[in-house]
Amino acid sequence: MTTFLGMPALPAFGSGNLFAGESFPKAAHRELGNAQLRANLGHATHTIRDKRQAVVSELPDWEQLRDAGSAIKESVMARLPELLEEFEANFTARGGVIHWARDAREANEIVAGLVRETGETEVVKVKSMATQEIGLNEYLEEQGIEAFETDLAELIVQLDHDKPSHILVPAIHKNRTEIRDIFLREMPGADPALTDDPPVLAMAAREHLRRKFLTAKVAVSGANFALADSGTLAVVESEGNGRMCLTLPETLITVMGIEKLLPTWQDLEVFMQLLPRSSTGERMNPYTSLWTGVTEGDGPQNVHLVLLDNGRSAALADEMGRSALHCIRCSACMNVCPVYERTGGHAYGSTYPGPIGAILSPLLTGIQAEENNSLPYASSLCGACYDACPVKINIPDILVHLRSVDVDSKRGTKKVPSQMDLGMKAASWALSSGRNLGLVEKGLPLGRLAAGRDKKIKKLPGIAGGWTQSRDIPAPPAQSFRDWWAKEHRDAGGSPGTPDGGPSSTPSPETKEAQQ
Amino acid sequence: MTAREDILTRIRAALQDSPEAPQVPREYRAASGMGADELIELLVDRLVDYKAQVAVVPESDVPARIASLLEGAKSFVVPEGLDAGWLAGADGGGASRRRLDSPAEPLSVAELDGIDAVVTGSAVAVAETGTIILDGSANQGRRAISLVPDHHICVVKAADIAGILPEALRRIDGTRPITMISGPSATSDIELERVEGVHGPRRLDVIIAR
Repeated sequence: MTTFLGMPALPAFGSGNLFAGESFPKAAHRELGNAQLRANLGHATHTIRDKRQAVVSELPDWEQLRDAGSAIKESVMARLPELLEEFEANFTARGGVIHWARDAREANEIVAGLVRETGETEVVKVKSMATQEIGLNEYLEEQGIEAFETDLAELIVQLDHDKPSHILVPAIHKNRTEIRDIFLREMPGADPALTDDPPVLAMAAREHLRRKFLTAKVAVSGANFALADSGTLAVVESEGNGRMCLTLPETLITVMGIEKLLPTWQDLEVFMQLLPRSSTGERMNPYTSLWTGVTEGDGPQNVHLVLLDNGRSAALADEMGRSALHCIRCSACMNVCPVYERTGGHAYGSTYPGPIGAILSPLLTGIQAEENNSLPYASSLCGACYDACPVKINIPDILVHLRSVDVDSKRGTKKVPSQMDLGMKAASWALSSGRNLGLVEKGLPLGRLAAGRDKKIKKLPGIAGGWTQSRDIPAPPAQSFRDWWAKEHRDAGGSPGTPDGGPSSTPSPETKEAQQ
Repeated sequence: MTAREDILTRIRAALQDSPEAPQVPREYRAASGMGADELIELLVDRLVDYKAQVAVVPESDVPARIASLLEGAKSFVVPEGLDAGWLAGADGGGASRRRLDSPAEPLSVAELDGIDAVVTGSAVAVAETGTIILDGSANQGRRAISLVPDHHICVVKAADIAGILPEALRRIDGTRPITMISGPSATSDIELERVEGVHGPRRLDVIIAR
């Protein structure tokens, strides 16, 4: 069996930290109760929005760069098998070793095996979404290997035994005072006089990690880009913890999703303009490191790359959804999202929160995995994410697409039709002809009865109750437009139902109000 | 089936609809068209914005500038291929201050940690983004030496300044070990406010030699 051409294969879905453990509305409800969280998020997302806007406006060719970025990524997806093989050949020719991992478990086992081969029991880590996704730290711990996160925000989250809530700034949900308290509690030898001034906190992290960097023998990283035509890997960072991990240890193990490829060195000029401005709102991030296999006398001499599928091939099979794989993990979409800004990242459950997470997580795991089918509804479809996306992923369209995949996947699975099924059936009948709709509209006075004296309906029954959870519905009009038209034109002598009834068709102020 | 075959088979199956690879529209700027003075002015502006210290000096003044920046340093490291003339004024504090790092005799990480400063050249710079690119050539040395010491003094020749990133990337070989540096190390991880100086050199001095 070497080819599946012409025959649909079963999608191989991803595993690991990709799941909403509870439905989004439930989780969001809980998170919204945390006023401190909302204040922290509001402050941080607005700060970054303004910074991003300023540096994006500076470039006269921002839209041309987005167009190029989008087309490059589309072409990567179309040519993925050949590009992976090209990258593999180039990286291997320069002394790197490539490993392939079907899923989270396989990737974890490969990394643990490589660490064991070195005889070490500690690794330093550069912030990486892929290793977060596969739950590498937890797996290594089970295997007796300690993983030290070295990015400041990851360090804060790790010290606090918490979970990341943002892909760029995992501790975005914590303010400076909370971070100071975590350091005092969890950092051995922290100065009791530590203040909550950010530069002071950053210095405390430097002291804490310095010895680790200088003595570490093994590092684990992710990668932002991989260039197929040269076999080059890139890590984009700010603090220098990336440079420390990528340069000083003897062994470097990188875990990267198969979708991170770019075809050529030239493509880097597009993405290194798009990524820093979209993510931290800087013209350029402080440090970017590029390495191609092994360089004698410079950096790690034992260099590995684990290429991770974990559901990416399944996402690729969805023709509408595959562009979610264009994502370069900049986080601009979450920073502008009105839903994310209020609920924070934990409500999404998965490693990937916010608008991109709401499409990526269900695409990687399959829509019916755990509660992931609730994620595509975690949006008002306002479209801010699409505008902000540097590679123009049409997130709102994919959200709507996944909602329909969700509904389709449930069709016919239950014997008793759901309220939604019945409602949709009824709507389909009512909207199929003017006569039917007219009949339904005869029921409007019933709604006025339900509204009572204050002319407001406060609670709708069943699933429609969601609508009245946070707002009232005004009483329906006494008559429908159709009824009014018919009456008006009969009175005026015009033939009922024709729209050109002349000046008398102007409704009186009273009837106008009744139609609203 | 190996994981490799399995994954490639899955991907090919996922692409059964044979999507077409689009032509990439490259209508973004390929060059800035800026003159030499403009390039220097813009690079200085960007570097200062990142809280790097910058001096623009005639090439003949580079040694004096380096010497004055190294005044407080008890020791400094240089790569083997650094222009020897640049250090003409820096050995005043005693030749023992200077440590040489070479492929034949590389310093250990612990030794580097005990050194106060590093002096390197650079491959190319990007004015628009305030970025200096090191590619591991002999006058820049291996990556560790410009990372571990806390003070990096970096010389940029005016001729090596490109206007925008695409121009700069065309000038370097991507398969070399490359570090792009835009200011001293920094973090925005606390409330998304930028703080300069974390794990990489906390002090970056750039000398632009015209």
